[in-house]
Amino acid sequence: MEALWLSMKLAGCVAAILLVIGMPVAYWLAYSNWRLKFLLESVVALPLVLPPTVLGFYALVAMGPRGPLGKLWFALFGHGLAFTFGGLILASVLYSFPFAVQPLIASFEGVDRRLLDASAVLGAGGARTFWRVILPLSLPGVVTAAVLSFAHTLGEFGVVLMVGGNLAGVTRTVSIDIYDHVQSLEYGEANRMALVLLAISFAVLSVVYAVNRRVWTPWTAK
Amino acid sequence: MKLAMGELSEKFEKQTGNKVNATFGSSGNFFSQMQNGAPFDLFFSADIEYPRKLQAAGLAEPGTLYEYAIGRIVIWTPADAKVDVAKQGWKTLLDASIEKIAIANPEHAPYGRAAVAALQKAGIYEAVKAKLVYGENISQAAQFVQSGNAQAGIVAMSLAVSPAMRHGKRWEIPAQMHSPIEQGAIVLKDAKNKDAALAFLEFVKSADGRTTLMKYGFEFPERTKKEEKR
Repeated sequence: MEALWLSMKLAGCVAAILLVIGMPVAYWLAYSNWRLKFLLESVVALPLVLPPTVLGFYALVAMGPRGPLGKLWFALFGHGLAFTFGGLILASVLYSFPFAVQPLIASFEGVDRRLLDASAVLGAGGARTFWRVILPLSLPGVVTAAVLSFAHTLGEFGVVLMVGGNLAGVTRTVSIDIYDHVQSLEYGEANRMALVLLAISFAVLSVVYAVNRRVWTPWTAK
Repeated sequence: MKLAMGELSEKFEKQTGNKVNATFGSSGNFFSQMQNGAPFDLFFSADIEYPRKLQAAGLAEPGTLYEYAIGRIVIWTPADAKVDVAKQGWKTLLDASIEKIAIANPEHAPYGRAAVAALQKAGIYEAVKAKLVYGENISQAAQFVQSGNAQAGIVAMSLAVSPAMRHGKRWEIPAQMHSPIEQGAIVLKDAKNKDAALAFLEFVKSADGRTTLMKYGFEFPERTKKEEKR
Protein backbone atom coordinates (compact mmCIF):
# COMPACT_ATOMS: atom_id res chain seq x y z
CA MET A 1 0.00 0.00 0.00
CA GLU A 2 3.00 2.26 0.56
CA ALA A 3 3.80 1.85 -3.12
CA LEU A 4 0.25 2.74 -4.17
CA TRP A 5 0.28 5.86 -2.02
CA LEU A 6 3.65 6.84 -3.49
CA SER A 7 2.30 6.42 -7.02
CA MET A 8 -0.74 8.56 -6.20
CA LYS A 9 1.49 11.26 -4.73
CA LEU A 10 3.76 11.15 -7.79
CA ALA A 11 0.82 11.25 -10.20
CA GLY A 12 -0.78 14.14 -8.29
CA CYS A 13 2.41 16.21 -8.30
CA VAL A 14 3.02 15.50 -11.98
CA ALA A 15 -0.56 16.38 -12.98
CA ALA A 16 -0.38 19.68 -11.06
CA ILE A 17 3.01 20.63 -12.54
CA LEU A 18 1.87 19.68 -16.03
CA LEU A 19 -1.20 21.90 -15.80
CA VAL A 20 0.96 24.87 -14.85
CA ILE A 21 3.59 24.24 -17.54
CA GLY A 22 1.19 22.80 -20.07
CA MET A 23 -1.18 25.77 -20.25
CA PRO A 24 1.22 28.40 -21.61
CA VAL A 25 2.77 25.85 -23.98
CA ALA A 26 -0.66 24.76 -25.23
CA TYR A 27 -1.83 28.37 -25.51
CA TRP A 28 1.15 29.25 -27.63
CA LEU A 29 0.82 26.15 -29.80
CA ALA A 30 -2.89 26.77 -30.28
CA TYR A 31 -2.69 30.44 -31.26
CA SER A 32 0.76 31.06 -32.67
CA ASN A 33 1.09 31.61 -36.40
CA TRP A 34 4.74 30.69 -36.52
CA ARG A 35 5.42 28.69 -39.64
CA LEU A 36 7.77 26.19 -37.96
CA LYS A 37 5.31 25.47 -35.17
CA PHE A 38 4.95 21.90 -36.36
CA LEU A 39 8.51 21.20 -35.21
CA LEU A 40 7.61 22.08 -31.64
CA GLU A 41 4.40 20.09 -31.88
CA SER A 42 6.48 17.08 -32.87
CA VAL A 43 8.76 17.55 -29.90
CA VAL A 44 5.76 17.72 -27.58
CA ALA A 45 4.38 14.48 -29.04
CA LEU A 46 7.71 12.61 -28.87
CA PRO A 47 7.09 10.87 -25.52
CA LEU A 48 4.00 9.27 -27.09
CA VAL A 49 6.08 7.29 -29.52
CA LEU A 50 9.45 6.91 -27.79
CA PRO A 51 9.79 3.71 -25.80
CA PRO A 52 10.08 4.42 -22.06
CA THR A 53 13.46 2.69 -22.13
CA VAL A 54 14.79 5.39 -24.46
CA LEU A 55 13.31 8.17 -22.37
CA GLY A 56 14.49 6.54 -19.16
CA PHE A 57 17.96 5.93 -20.55
CA TYR A 58 18.34 9.57 -21.62
CA ALA A 59 16.97 10.72 -18.29
CA LEU A 60 19.45 8.52 -16.42
CA VAL A 61 22.39 9.82 -18.45
CA ALA A 62 21.19 13.44 -18.21
CA MET A 63 20.80 13.12 -14.44
CA GLY A 64 24.27 11.60 -14.03
CA PRO A 65 27.22 13.69 -12.85
CA ARG A 66 28.39 14.14 -16.43
CA GLY A 67 24.92 15.10 -17.68
CA PRO A 68 23.74 18.72 -17.90
CA LEU A 69 20.82 18.18 -15.55
CA GLY A 70 22.89 16.29 -13.01
CA LYS A 71 25.52 19.02 -12.97
CA LEU A 72 22.93 21.75 -12.46
CA TRP A 73 21.07 19.84 -9.76
CA PHE A 74 24.27 19.02 -7.92
CA ALA A 75 25.33 22.66 -7.97
CA LEU A 76 21.94 23.71 -6.57
CA PHE A 77 21.21 20.99 -4.02
CA GLY A 78 24.48 19.14 -3.46
CA HIS A 79 23.14 15.72 -4.36
CA GLY A 80 22.24 13.74 -7.46
CA LEU A 81 18.82 13.59 -9.06
CA ALA A 82 18.56 9.89 -9.87
CA PHE A 83 17.01 7.63 -7.19
CA THR A 84 15.09 10.55 -5.64
CA PHE A 85 11.41 11.46 -5.68
CA GLY A 86 12.34 14.74 -7.36
CA GLY A 87 14.06 12.81 -10.13
CA LEU A 88 10.97 10.68 -10.63
CA ILE A 89 8.78 13.80 -10.87
CA LEU A 90 11.06 15.29 -13.48
CA ALA A 91 11.18 12.11 -15.57
CA SER A 92 7.41 11.67 -15.27
CA VAL A 93 6.71 15.25 -16.32
CA LEU A 94 8.62 14.55 -19.52
CA TYR A 95 6.93 11.21 -19.96
CA SER A 96 3.38 12.51 -19.49
CA PHE A 97 3.88 15.88 -21.20
CA PRO A 98 1.82 15.18 -24.36
CA PHE A 99 -1.00 13.75 -22.28
CA ALA A 100 -1.47 17.16 -20.69
CA VAL A 101 -0.61 19.44 -23.59
CA GLN A 102 -2.52 17.78 -26.40
CA PRO A 103 -6.01 17.90 -24.82
CA LEU A 104 -5.32 21.52 -23.84
CA ILE A 105 -4.35 22.47 -27.41
CA ALA A 106 -7.43 20.72 -28.77
CA SER A 107 -9.80 22.53 -26.43
CA PHE A 108 -8.11 25.95 -26.85
CA GLU A 109 -8.37 25.56 -30.60
CA GLY A 110 -12.00 24.59 -30.23
CA VAL A 111 -12.96 27.93 -28.73
CA ASP A 112 -14.95 30.00 -31.24
CA ARG A 113 -12.62 32.67 -32.69
CA ARG A 114 -15.50 35.17 -32.87
CA LEU A 115 -15.75 35.11 -29.08
CA LEU A 116 -12.06 35.98 -28.86
CA ASP A 117 -12.56 38.83 -31.34
CA ALA A 118 -15.55 40.05 -29.38
CA SER A 119 -13.54 39.97 -26.19
CA ALA A 120 -10.78 41.98 -27.85
CA VAL A 121 -13.22 44.49 -29.31
CA LEU A 122 -14.72 44.98 -25.86
CA GLY A 123 -11.26 45.96 -24.66
CA ALA A 124 -10.06 42.84 -22.85
CA GLY A 125 -6.34 42.08 -23.09
CA GLY A 126 -4.83 38.69 -23.86
CA ALA A 127 -4.63 37.59 -20.22
CA ARG A 128 -8.17 38.68 -19.41
CA THR A 129 -9.50 36.93 -22.50
CA PHE A 130 -7.67 33.78 -21.48
CA TRP A 131 -9.02 33.69 -17.93
CA ARG A 132 -12.54 34.91 -18.72
CA VAL A 133 -13.25 33.35 -22.12
CA ILE A 134 -10.82 30.64 -23.20
CA LEU A 135 -10.31 28.85 -19.90
CA PRO A 136 -14.00 28.53 -18.89
CA LEU A 137 -14.83 27.23 -22.36
CA SER A 138 -11.93 24.77 -22.22
CA LEU A 139 -12.72 23.27 -18.85
CA PRO A 140 -13.43 19.76 -20.18
CA GLY A 141 -10.01 19.88 -21.88
CA VAL A 142 -8.37 20.99 -18.66
CA VAL A 143 -10.01 18.17 -16.72
CA THR A 144 -8.99 15.70 -19.43
CA ALA A 145 -5.40 16.96 -19.35
CA ALA A 146 -5.18 16.68 -15.57
CA VAL A 147 -6.81 13.29 -15.37
CA LEU A 148 -4.90 11.77 -18.29
CA SER A 149 -1.53 12.93 -17.03
CA PHE A 150 -2.45 11.63 -13.59
CA ALA A 151 -3.52 8.23 -14.97
CA HIS A 152 -0.59 7.96 -17.35
CA THR A 153 1.89 8.66 -14.55
CA LEU A 154 0.12 6.18 -12.30
CA GLY A 155 0.68 3.48 -14.90
CA GLU A 156 4.26 4.47 -15.64
CA PHE A 157 6.78 1.65 -15.46
CA GLY A 158 9.77 1.77 -17.79
CA VAL A 159 11.00 5.25 -16.98
CA VAL A 160 10.68 4.71 -13.21
CA LEU A 161 12.52 1.42 -13.57
CA MET A 162 15.36 3.14 -15.40
CA VAL A 163 15.92 6.07 -13.02
CA GLY A 164 14.28 5.02 -9.75
CA GLY A 165 16.54 2.48 -8.08
CA ASN A 166 13.58 0.79 -6.38
CA LEU A 167 13.75 2.49 -2.97
CA ALA A 168 10.81 1.72 -0.70
CA GLY A 169 8.78 4.85 0.00
CA VAL A 170 10.90 6.99 -2.32
CA THR A 171 10.91 5.50 -5.81
CA ARG A 172 9.18 2.10 -5.53
CA THR A 173 5.93 2.91 -7.30
CA VAL A 174 3.01 0.53 -7.55
CA SER A 175 3.92 -0.74 -11.01
CA ILE A 176 7.46 -1.56 -9.85
CA ASP A 177 6.04 -3.24 -6.77
CA ILE A 178 3.78 -5.43 -8.89
CA TYR A 179 6.70 -6.31 -11.14
CA ASP A 180 8.79 -7.29 -8.11
CA HIS A 181 6.03 -9.55 -6.86
CA VAL A 182 5.80 -11.28 -10.23
CA GLN A 183 9.58 -11.66 -10.27
CA SER A 184 9.49 -13.28 -6.84
CA LEU A 185 6.69 -15.56 -8.06
CA GLU A 186 4.32 -14.02 -5.49
CA TYR A 187 1.43 -14.09 -7.92
CA GLY A 188 -1.28 -13.65 -5.27
CA GLU A 189 0.17 -10.40 -4.00
CA ALA A 190 0.82 -9.19 -7.56
CA ASN A 191 -2.76 -9.96 -8.47
CA ARG A 192 -4.16 -8.05 -5.52
CA MET A 193 -2.17 -4.89 -6.30
CA ALA A 194 -2.86 -5.20 -10.02
CA LEU A 195 -6.60 -5.35 -9.38
CA VAL A 196 -6.49 -2.23 -7.23
CA LEU A 197 -4.56 -0.40 -9.96
CA LEU A 198 -7.01 -1.63 -12.58
CA ALA A 199 -9.97 -0.35 -10.57
CA ILE A 200 -8.39 3.06 -10.01
CA SER A 201 -7.40 3.40 -13.66
CA PHE A 202 -10.91 2.50 -14.78
CA ALA A 203 -12.46 5.00 -12.40
CA VAL A 204 -10.12 7.74 -13.51
CA LEU A 205 -10.69 7.12 -17.22
CA SER A 206 -14.44 7.03 -16.64
CA VAL A 207 -14.16 10.58 -15.33
CA VAL A 208 -12.45 11.68 -18.56
CA TYR A 209 -15.06 10.12 -20.79
CA ALA A 210 -17.94 11.31 -18.62
CA VAL A 211 -16.62 14.87 -18.76
CA ASN A 212 -16.19 14.74 -22.50
CA ARG A 213 -19.65 13.30 -23.02
CA ARG A 214 -20.92 16.00 -20.72
CA VAL A 215 -22.71 13.55 -18.48
CA TRP A 216 -22.60 16.24 -15.84
CA THR A 217 -22.68 19.71 -17.32
CA PRO A 218 -22.02 22.39 -14.79
CA TRP A 219 -20.76 24.57 -17.64
CA THR A 220 -23.48 24.63 -20.31
CA ALA A 221 -21.52 26.77 -22.70
CA LYS A 222 -23.14 26.04 -26.00
CA MET B 1 25.73 -14.04 -19.62
CA LYS B 2 24.75 -12.28 -22.80
CA LEU B 3 28.33 -11.95 -24.03
CA ALA B 4 29.31 -15.47 -23.03
CA MET B 5 26.17 -16.88 -24.64
CA GLY B 6 26.99 -15.05 -27.86
CA GLU B 7 30.36 -16.75 -28.11
CA LEU B 8 29.04 -20.15 -27.01
CA SER B 9 26.34 -20.01 -29.68
CA GLU B 10 28.79 -18.97 -32.35
CA LYS B 11 31.14 -21.86 -31.61
CA PHE B 12 28.29 -24.35 -31.38
CA GLU B 13 26.88 -23.16 -34.69
CA LYS B 14 30.25 -23.60 -36.35
CA GLN B 15 30.64 -27.12 -34.94
CA THR B 16 27.19 -28.50 -35.60
CA GLY B 17 25.43 -26.20 -38.04
CA ASN B 18 22.57 -25.80 -35.62
CA LYS B 19 21.47 -22.22 -35.18
CA VAL B 20 21.00 -20.91 -31.63
CA ASN B 21 18.30 -18.32 -31.06
CA ALA B 22 18.84 -16.76 -27.66
CA THR B 23 16.39 -14.58 -25.76
CA PHE B 24 17.73 -12.64 -22.79
CA GLY B 25 15.76 -11.48 -19.81
CA SER B 26 15.11 -12.06 -16.16
CA SER B 27 14.81 -15.61 -14.88
CA GLY B 28 11.60 -14.79 -13.03
CA ASN B 29 9.92 -13.48 -16.19
CA PHE B 30 10.95 -16.50 -18.21
CA PHE B 31 9.79 -18.83 -15.48
CA SER B 32 6.33 -17.22 -15.54
CA GLN B 33 6.28 -17.38 -19.33
CA MET B 34 7.32 -21.02 -19.48
CA GLN B 35 4.69 -21.93 -16.95
CA ASN B 36 2.27 -20.42 -19.43
CA GLY B 37 3.58 -22.34 -22.40
CA ALA B 38 6.37 -20.18 -23.82
CA PRO B 39 8.02 -22.15 -26.66
CA PHE B 40 11.60 -22.38 -25.38
CA ASP B 41 13.86 -25.43 -25.80
CA LEU B 42 16.53 -24.71 -23.27
CA PHE B 43 16.63 -22.45 -20.22
CA PHE B 44 19.78 -20.96 -18.68
CA SER B 45 19.18 -19.23 -15.38
CA ALA B 46 21.50 -17.23 -13.14
CA ASP B 47 19.59 -18.85 -10.27
CA ILE B 48 19.39 -22.63 -10.37
CA GLU B 49 16.23 -22.43 -8.26
CA TYR B 50 14.14 -21.56 -11.32
CA PRO B 51 15.14 -24.62 -13.36
CA ARG B 52 14.61 -26.67 -10.21
CA LYS B 53 11.10 -25.29 -9.94
CA LEU B 54 10.45 -26.08 -13.60
CA GLN B 55 11.55 -29.63 -12.91
CA ALA B 56 9.29 -29.83 -9.87
CA ALA B 57 6.39 -28.54 -11.96
CA GLY B 58 6.98 -31.35 -14.48
CA LEU B 59 7.79 -28.90 -17.27
CA ALA B 60 11.37 -30.05 -17.80
CA GLU B 61 12.96 -33.03 -19.48
CA PRO B 62 13.98 -35.35 -16.63
CA GLY B 63 17.69 -35.67 -15.93
CA THR B 64 18.77 -32.57 -17.84
CA LEU B 65 19.25 -30.15 -14.94
CA TYR B 66 22.87 -29.01 -15.06
CA GLU B 67 24.78 -26.50 -12.98
CA TYR B 68 26.76 -24.78 -15.71
CA ALA B 69 28.59 -22.16 -13.71
CA ILE B 70 29.11 -20.34 -10.45
CA GLY B 71 28.78 -16.58 -10.58
CA ARG B 72 31.22 -14.29 -8.83
CA ILE B 73 30.61 -10.76 -7.66
CA VAL B 74 32.94 -7.76 -7.52
CA ILE B 75 32.85 -4.25 -6.16
CA TRP B 76 33.18 -1.99 -9.17
CA THR B 77 33.87 1.75 -9.45
CA PRO B 78 34.66 3.95 -12.43
CA ALA B 79 38.37 4.43 -13.11
CA ASP B 80 38.24 8.03 -11.87
CA ALA B 81 36.78 7.15 -8.44
CA LYS B 82 38.38 8.91 -5.47
CA VAL B 83 38.91 5.64 -3.60
CA ASP B 84 40.91 2.77 -5.01
CA VAL B 85 38.69 -0.25 -4.61
CA ALA B 86 41.45 -2.66 -5.58
CA LYS B 87 43.39 -1.56 -2.47
CA GLN B 88 40.61 -0.61 -0.08
CA GLY B 89 38.23 -3.53 -0.64
CA TRP B 90 35.17 -3.27 1.59
CA LYS B 91 36.31 0.07 3.05
CA THR B 92 35.57 1.65 -0.31
CA LEU B 93 31.86 1.42 0.33
CA LEU B 94 32.18 3.27 3.66
CA ASP B 95 34.04 6.17 2.07
CA ALA B 96 32.21 9.52 2.11
CA SER B 97 32.71 9.97 -1.64
CA ILE B 98 30.51 6.92 -2.23
CA GLU B 99 26.97 8.22 -1.87
CA LYS B 100 25.06 5.51 -3.68
CA ILE B 101 25.88 1.84 -4.15
CA ALA B 102 24.03 -0.06 -6.85
CA ILE B 103 23.19 -3.73 -6.36
CA ALA B 104 20.67 -6.03 -8.00
CA ASN B 105 17.34 -6.40 -6.22
CA PRO B 106 18.03 -8.97 -3.47
CA GLU B 107 14.38 -9.98 -3.39
CA HIS B 108 14.58 -11.85 -6.65
CA ALA B 109 18.01 -11.46 -8.27
CA PRO B 110 20.63 -14.00 -7.16
CA TYR B 111 23.48 -11.50 -7.57
CA GLY B 112 21.62 -9.05 -5.35
CA ARG B 113 21.04 -11.72 -2.73
CA ALA B 114 24.75 -12.59 -2.76
CA ALA B 115 25.69 -8.90 -2.49
CA VAL B 116 23.54 -8.41 0.61
CA ALA B 117 24.83 -11.66 2.17
CA ALA B 118 28.43 -10.57 1.57
CA LEU B 119 27.80 -7.10 3.00
CA GLN B 120 26.30 -8.72 6.09
CA LYS B 121 29.21 -11.11 6.44
CA ALA B 122 31.63 -8.21 6.11
CA GLY B 123 29.72 -6.50 8.92
CA ILE B 124 28.96 -3.32 6.99
CA TYR B 125 25.42 -3.95 5.77
CA GLU B 126 23.81 -1.67 8.36
CA ALA B 127 26.39 1.03 7.71
CA VAL B 128 25.82 1.12 3.95
CA LYS B 129 22.12 0.18 3.81
CA ALA B 130 21.02 3.78 3.29
CA LYS B 131 23.35 4.08 0.31
CA LEU B 132 21.94 1.08 -1.57
CA VAL B 133 19.89 1.49 -4.74
CA TYR B 134 18.41 -1.50 -6.48
CA GLY B 135 18.62 -2.45 -10.13
CA GLU B 136 15.92 -4.68 -11.54
CA ASN B 137 18.71 -7.08 -12.45
CA ILE B 138 22.47 -7.10 -12.26
CA SER B 139 22.90 -5.39 -15.65
CA GLN B 140 20.77 -2.48 -14.52
CA ALA B 141 22.76 -2.18 -11.32
CA ALA B 142 25.86 -1.98 -13.50
CA GLN B 143 24.19 0.69 -15.63
CA PHE B 144 23.54 2.80 -12.51
CA VAL B 145 27.27 2.89 -11.66
CA GLN B 146 28.48 3.17 -15.21
CA SER B 147 26.30 6.24 -15.83
CA GLY B 148 27.77 7.79 -12.68
CA ASN B 149 24.45 8.01 -10.84
CA ALA B 150 25.80 5.56 -8.27
CA GLN B 151 29.47 5.84 -7.32
CA ALA B 152 30.03 2.14 -6.68
CA GLY B 153 28.27 -1.09 -7.41
CA ILE B 154 28.37 -4.77 -6.60
CA VAL B 155 28.10 -6.40 -9.99
CA ALA B 156 28.72 -9.75 -11.63
CA MET B 157 32.31 -10.54 -12.54
CA SER B 158 31.01 -11.40 -16.01
CA LEU B 159 29.91 -7.77 -16.43
CA ALA B 160 33.04 -6.29 -14.88
CA VAL B 161 35.20 -7.99 -17.52
CA SER B 162 32.96 -6.89 -20.39
CA PRO B 163 34.32 -4.30 -22.85
CA ALA B 164 32.10 -1.56 -21.40
CA MET B 165 33.33 -1.99 -17.82
CA ARG B 166 36.77 -3.49 -18.24
CA HIS B 167 38.44 -0.11 -17.69
CA GLY B 168 36.92 0.52 -14.28
CA LYS B 169 38.42 -0.54 -10.98
CA ARG B 170 37.26 -3.71 -9.33
CA TRP B 171 37.78 -5.87 -6.30
CA GLU B 172 36.72 -9.49 -6.23
CA ILE B 173 34.55 -10.35 -3.28
CA PRO B 174 35.91 -13.61 -1.81
CA ALA B 175 33.73 -16.56 -2.74
CA GLN B 176 33.23 -17.66 0.87
CA MET B 177 31.51 -14.34 1.74
CA HIS B 178 28.20 -15.55 0.33
CA SER B 179 26.59 -18.83 -0.63
CA PRO B 180 27.57 -19.71 -4.20
CA ILE B 181 25.56 -18.14 -7.02
CA GLU B 182 24.63 -21.41 -8.67
CA GLN B 183 23.54 -21.05 -12.27
CA GLY B 184 21.52 -23.81 -13.83
CA ALA B 185 20.31 -24.93 -17.23
CA ILE B 186 17.54 -27.35 -18.12
CA VAL B 187 15.91 -28.69 -21.29
CA LEU B 188 12.17 -28.17 -21.52
CA LYS B 189 9.85 -31.10 -21.87
CA ASP B 190 7.96 -29.51 -24.76
CA ALA B 191 11.15 -28.49 -26.57
CA LYS B 192 10.59 -28.52 -30.32
CA ASN B 193 14.26 -29.09 -31.04
CA LYS B 194 15.08 -31.38 -28.17
CA ASP B 195 18.08 -33.09 -29.80
CA ALA B 196 19.72 -29.79 -30.69
CA ALA B 197 18.98 -28.45 -27.20
CA LEU B 198 20.61 -31.49 -25.62
CA ALA B 199 23.59 -31.13 -27.96
CA PHE B 200 24.00 -27.49 -27.00
CA LEU B 201 23.89 -28.38 -23.32
CA GLU B 202 26.60 -31.01 -23.96
CA PHE B 203 28.66 -28.36 -25.70
CA VAL B 204 28.36 -26.06 -22.68
CA LYS B 205 29.58 -28.94 -20.52
CA SER B 206 32.57 -29.63 -22.82
CA ALA B 207 36.07 -28.28 -22.23
CA ASP B 208 35.55 -25.81 -25.05
CA GLY B 209 32.31 -24.55 -23.50
CA ARG B 210 33.84 -24.23 -20.06
CA THR B 211 36.87 -22.33 -21.35
CA THR B 212 34.51 -19.86 -22.98
CA LEU B 213 32.50 -19.40 -19.79
CA MET B 214 35.69 -18.94 -17.81
CA LYS B 215 36.82 -16.25 -20.20
CA TYR B 216 33.70 -14.29 -19.27
CA GLY B 217 34.33 -14.47 -15.54
CA PHE B 218 32.33 -17.57 -14.63
CA GLU B 219 33.67 -20.29 -12.40
CA PHE B 220 32.71 -23.91 -11.87
CA PRO B 221 31.34 -25.82 -8.93
CA GLU B 222 34.45 -27.99 -8.36
CA ARG B 223 36.94 -25.16 -8.40
CA THR B 224 35.02 -23.02 -5.98
CA LYS B 225 34.60 -25.95 -3.61
CA LYS B 226 38.35 -26.57 -3.67
CA GLU B 227 38.93 -22.94 -2.84
CA GLU B 228 36.67 -23.23 0.16
CA LYS B 229 38.57 -26.22 1.47
CA ARG B 230 41.89 -24.45 1.26
